[in-house]
Amino acid sequence: MEELINKLKAEIIEVLNLEDISPGDIDAESPLFGEGGLGLDSIDALELIVLLEKNYEIKIENPQDGKTIFFSIKSMAEYITEHQAA
Amino acid sequence: MNNRLYISGHCRIKDNRVELNGEPVFTQKDSNFSEFIKALYRDQQFQYSKFFKMDNLSKLGFAASEILLRSIHINVKGSEVGVVLANANSSLDTDVRYQESIKDKTNYFPSPSVFVYTLPNIVIGEICIKHKFTGENALLISETFEADQLFDHTMSLFKDGKVGSCLIGWVDYYLDDYDAALFFITRDNDKKTNFESEKIKSIYQNWS
Amino acid sequence: MSSVFIASHNIVSPLGFSTKENFDGIKNGISGVQLQIDDSLSNTPFYGAVINTEKLEKQFQLIGNPKNYTRFEKLLILSISDALKDSSVDVKSERTGLLISTTKGNIDLLESDKKNQFDENRVQLWESARQVHEFFGNPNIPMVLSNACISGVLAIIMASDYIKSGRYDSIIVAGADILSKFVVSGFQTFMALDEEPCKPYDKKRNGLNLGEGCGTMVLTNNSEATIDGKKIVVSGGASSNDANHISGPSRTGDGLALAIEKSLKNASISAGDIDFISAHGTATIFNDEMESLAFSASGLSSVPVNSLKGYYGHTLGAAGTIESILTVKTMTQNLLVRTAGYDEYGVGGKINVIAKNEEANIDHAMKTASGFGGCNAALVFSVK
Repeated sequence: MEELINKLKAEIIEVLNLEDISPGDIDAESPLFGEGGLGLDSIDALELIVLLEKNYEIKIENPQDGKTIFFSIKSMAEYITEHQAA
Repeated sequence: MNNRLYISGHCRIKDNRVELNGEPVFTQKDSNFSEFIKALYRDQQFQYSKFFKMDNLSKLGFAASEILLRSIHINVKGSEVGVVLANANSSLDTDVRYQESIKDKTNYFPSPSVFVYTLPNIVIGEICIKHKFTGENALLISETFEADQLFDHTMSLFKDGKVGSCLIGWVDYYLDDYDAALFFITRDNDKKTNFESEKIKSIYQNWS
Repeated sequence: MSSVFIASHNIVSPLGFSTKENFDGIKNGISGVQLQIDDSLSNTPFYGAVINTEKLEKQFQLIGNPKNYTRFEKLLILSISDALKDSSVDVKSERTGLLISTTKGNIDLLESDKKNQFDENRVQLWESARQVHEFFGNPNIPMVLSNACISGVLAIIMASDYIKSGRYDSIIVAGADILSKFVVSGFQTFMALDEEPCKPYDKKRNGLNLGEGCGTMVLTNNSEATIDGKKIVVSGGASSNDANHISGPSRTGDGLALAIEKSLKNASISAGDIDFISAHGTATIFNDEMESLAFSASGLSSVPVNSLKGYYGHTLGAAGTIESILTVKTMTQNLLVRTAGYDEYGVGGKINVIAKNEEANIDHAMKTASGFGGCNAALVFSVK
């Protein structure tokens, strides 16, 4: 899980163009969206859906599901682990 | 009401050089656009992390507007500020990038954050968000800088009372070739230059 | 300042190649939105409104050589030709402007199999506009407006302002966009497409359908100009920016409300004078909700409102001109056309969605649009 979390951090920084942020700056459990976290927005959410499909072959059909899956890096990692194993 | 209009200031970004009202602000030789614009961002301390999510056209327009607007005291409400921009290449630089991502059926991963920039008026949106400008918008396309058209358009907005001030100009980007020339037009005569088509044409052409 | 009259118009769409065919179509509930199974437009089937290529080519052969023009240009040339037939406006005059509104123009020329069909420059909007200007022999510099989904509405406002300011006597405003894999895939990545025909303002709405077409409206300062025997003027218009987000509609509707307020002021009328609104109504969850909030905040809750996206899909740079022309027809024919796809009320603001065709006397009508980049526009047409 730890390895996946670090991989996700690096991938997110790259695809979302988070300049001046390093993996170490991101707390795996803090919220990705809204105030207090990384402050991601609706386009970022769509981009994360593409990331899951491209890098993990997981397809999210309903964008509403994104809210729980992309709550934090940790929730993303858990979702990936669950759905790749299945 | 005084019907005369003035150019409160102008900013140019071209050939790895930035000038504000004809005075040099920043230069970085021998770098491509992405290196240059990042260096400009650091040098001018924009401190706006969304900048790095923008496409090249938006980065260019945003940077020019930042440098120009910092030098100007805007004394009308945001709802009275219009933004009227023009260019030749529309959003073609990003269009080509987006097309690359959909051309191969077996490696088909179009990106929403690229697609959103495949409209040339997004740069206007970025500037409006930063400065809370909620007034008139227009993105015009012409093969070359058409001072008369920009002038006519701006005049029609002022004449009709639709704007109190207006950010106008040229923001063009394609394949590392770029040019931004922005002007801020107001009713204030603070010993400023008269707003005339010939004047913006000569400012635009006066670049060496 | 002089008044701006509508001299003539045309619509080219899946419903037909004349305004009459189009207005008769929507009046009779015919929709151009169909299930599209076409690899060149999308890897998966989708609902959209596509013009029959064979019919388009055949129609174009009557006025020009189809080989010399792209699909986008053919739509423009056909539509402008037909609009000029019914008008005394001289396209070859220096006092006549030609303004093209589009979001993506010849974007399909980026596809590898189309790349070599035309000169490399042809994908540029100014070059495409130049071709159209040349076809008609218009002596002025081509004017092109590319302002996302408000392009068509904004182009009519812009043209009207230019005529008022004396820059031109007449302006031909033509808004067009074609469907392409580029556009379809983009809206797919935004998860913005409904898997069924779209349902504006409906509780079960779940996204938009895309469409293609062209709408041409000829504006003039000549007060003799009439449409179906009535004098119709562009009485006002304005645009605004949400200054909130580059793709997501405002959650409050403030930006659209500002454009509405400014357009009413520009037309020197009040919200109570508006008899009909032709709204944007894309049928995405957020757009329709935003519009409902803006209309109620603007004192327009009781005004009959429709969306025509259920007939045409979202035709992007053409939507504003096509829907404005149909607004004018609504005024001259005294007929409010129902919102196709709408069944059960599903927006938070209070608005009066037109659910069935209804006769009405309309003196002032409003056309609105909102789009990516946070832009909004509102336009008022009046019977003089």
